[in-house]
Amino acid sequence: MITLEHYLTVAAILFVIGIFGIFLNRKNVIIILMSIELMLLAVNINLVAFSVHLGDLVGQIFTLFVLTVAAAEAAIGLAILVCFFRNRGTIAVEDVNMMKG
Amino acid sequence: MITALAFYVFAITAVGAGLLVVLSRNPVHSVLWLILAFFSAAGLFILMGAEYIAMLLAIVYVGAVAVLFLFVVMKLDVDFTELKGGMAKHMPMGLLIGVILLMELGMVFGHWTFAGDAQALRQSPTPSLEDAHNTQALGALIYTDYIYLFQAAGLILLVAMIGAIVLTLRHRVDIKRQNVMAQMHRDPATAMEVVDVKPGQGL
Repeated sequence: MITLEHYLTVAAILFVIGIFGIFLNRKNVIIILMSIELMLLAVNINLVAFSVHLGDLVGQIFTLFVLTVAAAEAAIGLAILVCFFRNRGTIAVEDVNMMKG
Repeated sequence: MITALAFYVFAITAVGAGLLVVLSRNPVHSVLWLILAFFSAAGLFILMGAEYIAMLLAIVYVGAVAVLFLFVVMKLDVDFTELKGGMAKHMPMGLLIGVILLMELGMVFGHWTFAGDAQALRQSPTPSLEDAHNTQALGALIYTDYIYLFQAAGLILLVAMIGAIVLTLRHRVDIKRQNVMAQMHRDPATAMEVVDVKPGQGL
């Protein structure tokens, strides 16, 4: 019998993999963006699992908005990446200090 | 039984593909593993009975976001082996933090219960499958109670689109460009000239 806990376990593992990916690929910003997508996917699995378990549709609507924001974030992130690559000729982000912040 | 089998297949595929996204040497392979992870997650959503979100995941994530990643990865001329250099250095730190986080989540796991009135506090209970299936029920909710949020989501996407275009558009100066305004403001007085050519002389 597959219960709520099974889905929550999958989501937790995916979330941790996302964080692990950010730590592992500190230089490659494309993989970092993909890791963020994985983390958002884990959050979505959590939301839908609780929504189905409780019988409340609002969780799925929230998932819809998380998905929207994730898509927007990916688009903007990749645009910034392309811009950065044009200026620097590399995508190594470990030593980004153009803005001297 | 078959549900459990399908769950384990999808779950193990999703987790394995997620790991390979992070670990794979070639970013193009990473994107392809990401697509597999999204598909498996869509399968999990279908198992839960949230088929609308599953289809959305397949269309929006696989069809749009992953392909966007693929385009950017293939467009940029980057030496990815050089970027992989620090991986072994960061591995222990990443593993440590990952294991700690997983243990914390596991601790939370065994010690939570639903509130007694969780069922009573539901905002909009799911209608039974005889009344409306998942997509129908979601649509009825999105276009009534959540219409303003839905419009705001559309605006977010619009802003993202404009932002991405503004960030990546560049005006090159070394090419000839059509000037539409100049073309439209031409009139016969400046554009034409009647010349009376004498025979045998030419202009």
